[in-house]
Amino acid sequence: MAPALAWLTALMMVPCALVLALAFFRRGIYGGIEYTFTLENFGLVLDPLYAGIFLNSARIAGTATLIAVVIGYAAAYAIAAAPRRWQPVFLFFAVLPFWSNYLIRTYAWIVLLNREGLITQLLRWFGYTGEPPSMLYTEGAVIAGLVYNYLPFVILACYAPLSRLNPELAEASRDLGASAMTTFRRVILPLTVPGIAAGAVFVFVLSIGNFVTPALLGGGRFQMIGNLVYDQFLTANDWPFGAALAMALIAIMLLVLMAQALAADRAAGRIAEAKADG
Amino acid sequence: MSEPRTLLAIDKVSKNFGRVTAVDGISLDIRENEFFALLGPSGCGKTTLLRMLAGFETPNGGRILLDGRDIAKIPPNKRPVNLMFQSYALFPHMSVRANVSYGLEMERLPANEIRSRVDAILATTELVAFADRKPEQLSGGQKQRVALARALVKRPRLLLLDEPLGALDKKLRGAMQLELKRLQHEVGITFVIVTHDQEESLVMADRMAVLRDGKLLQCDTPHAVYERPADRFVADFIGVMNFVPGKAAADGVLAANGARISGTVPAILSPGAAAVASVRPERIRLFPPPETANRVAGIVEALAYHGLDLQLHVRTALSQKPFLVRVTADAADRRPVTSGDAVELGWDAADVRIFAD
Repeated sequence: MAPALAWLTALMMVPCALVLALAFFRRGIYGGIEYTFTLENFGLVLDPLYAGIFLNSARIAGTATLIAVVIGYAAAYAIAAAPRRWQPVFLFFAVLPFWSNYLIRTYAWIVLLNREGLITQLLRWFGYTGEPPSMLYTEGAVIAGLVYNYLPFVILACYAPLSRLNPELAEASRDLGASAMTTFRRVILPLTVPGIAAGAVFVFVLSIGNFVTPALLGGGRFQMIGNLVYDQFLTANDWPFGAALAMALIAIMLLVLMAQALAADRAAGRIAEAKADG
Repeated sequence: MSEPRTLLAIDKVSKNFGRVTAVDGISLDIRENEFFALLGPSGCGKTTLLRMLAGFETPNGGRILLDGRDIAKIPPNKRPVNLMFQSYALFPHMSVRANVSYGLEMERLPANEIRSRVDAILATTELVAFADRKPEQLSGGQKQRVALARALVKRPRLLLLDEPLGALDKKLRGAMQLELKRLQHEVGITFVIVTHDQEESLVMADRMAVLRDGKLLQCDTPHAVYERPADRFVADFIGVMNFVPGKAAADGVLAANGARISGTVPAILSPGAAAVASVRPERIRLFPPPETANRVAGIVEALAYHGLDLQLHVRTALSQKPFLVRVTADAADRRPVTSGDAVELGWDAADVRIFAD
């Protein structure tokens, strides 16, 4: 425990503390840092211009989360319903993209969505002659990239509770007069919500801070917080403001994670309480 | 008591999974208000048959007529049939009350009717005090009663029970056997129970069907199945039976040692065919009167005291396995025997059943 804690402190807490400290200083006139205390940087974060980017990031991340959850849950459901011996094979295919680098996977989407990319060529092959559709450098492209990259997390998170579900529960519901749809809504879905929540939080937190996908697939036209932080540190040379933005981002992520942990805790607490009662 | 009416007619029903035949042309009639048991060893097809009655499997052949209507292809949620699952399958995220209400909500009944019917069934099954608990807060016996209440509240034409007592410990099982029978009487619903426990079906069922390898071997009252088993398998599977292998003769079986066991030989057995004579342990007397048709000398190998009776293992020349003999406590007191004693066993020709071997 102690060595792990030491590592965590050295590699995570100290850098975070340094960035946090940075946020309270002033930017020097020619870049660099002027070591006088100020809260200006945090005030600037709330400026409509930047707050708008936060909201935009949350919207894009939220959309990606929603799509990833719908597709991921459906995929996990199909895998859990497949014959037992095939399930590990399907799960293997679901996580296969993880074997290649995130950047390479994202570049692959450029090849797909390019003006004369694979999708356009496919359309031409089917006889399409008009203007190539503009797909790359759109918000849709950014969302597609995020969904694609984080989908396996949702599949794995949803597969776990779905595969553990006693199939007789669904049969009991049918036996008691429920249609397949009602059975899903009233029995299967409520019992697998913890998996959905875990997967959704994963996608949201990873998406809202992402900067590679918006940079490559959004072509810089769709700024997300990640890009803004990147720009402050590497282009604008305003480290204190970049640090304040990063801290605000971390705070949002922490809030989301805490909310999920609290909900999971309460669910677990109900069960523990129930066991203590009985 | 009016003439018993057929509620469910199973007509030459078959089911196969790939090349495995689980149910092989079974025909059975189940009567209104009957407590019916489907009995057999695991893999005999009883669970598959039950799942076809519930609608979770579709027969490959034959018909299932409920009140004269073929229900073989009707989905489970549209049948007036309910199943109590072996695992109970209670919804873990719902309270006892919500579990029991679920089936009535599916019928879109008015809220006050649901409430009163649920209250009534919770009272019948003695679950009122647990209405707000979640399934994980209940004991095994309580869960079993919730599963029963959840199925009964729907007032099905037919209630199917898949090994309903399998998950309970032995003592509770005995109490629940009588409880189930009392409940069945009270609600007036036809029960079909699947079990591998022959004692359970003897105690509870009005009639029972014995299945093996997907085929029906015998269907009758527990008394008739016990006293007049259809074949050697049924004789062995139901209760305890002593077997003497040998060859069929005119009026009995010739054992390997040359002794003759008198009994009625079924017509299908031609003289000299491999046959087996059988007799129940409680039909055997110790030190029988001299006019007894079948008598054999033996040595007591072991004895076990059961309170009400005494069980003896007696080695004889008739069979490899020792005879099992049940003697009442009274008889044992009159003439005590111990391990190693030489005894004489006897039984009447009328108590002998002879089967093809």
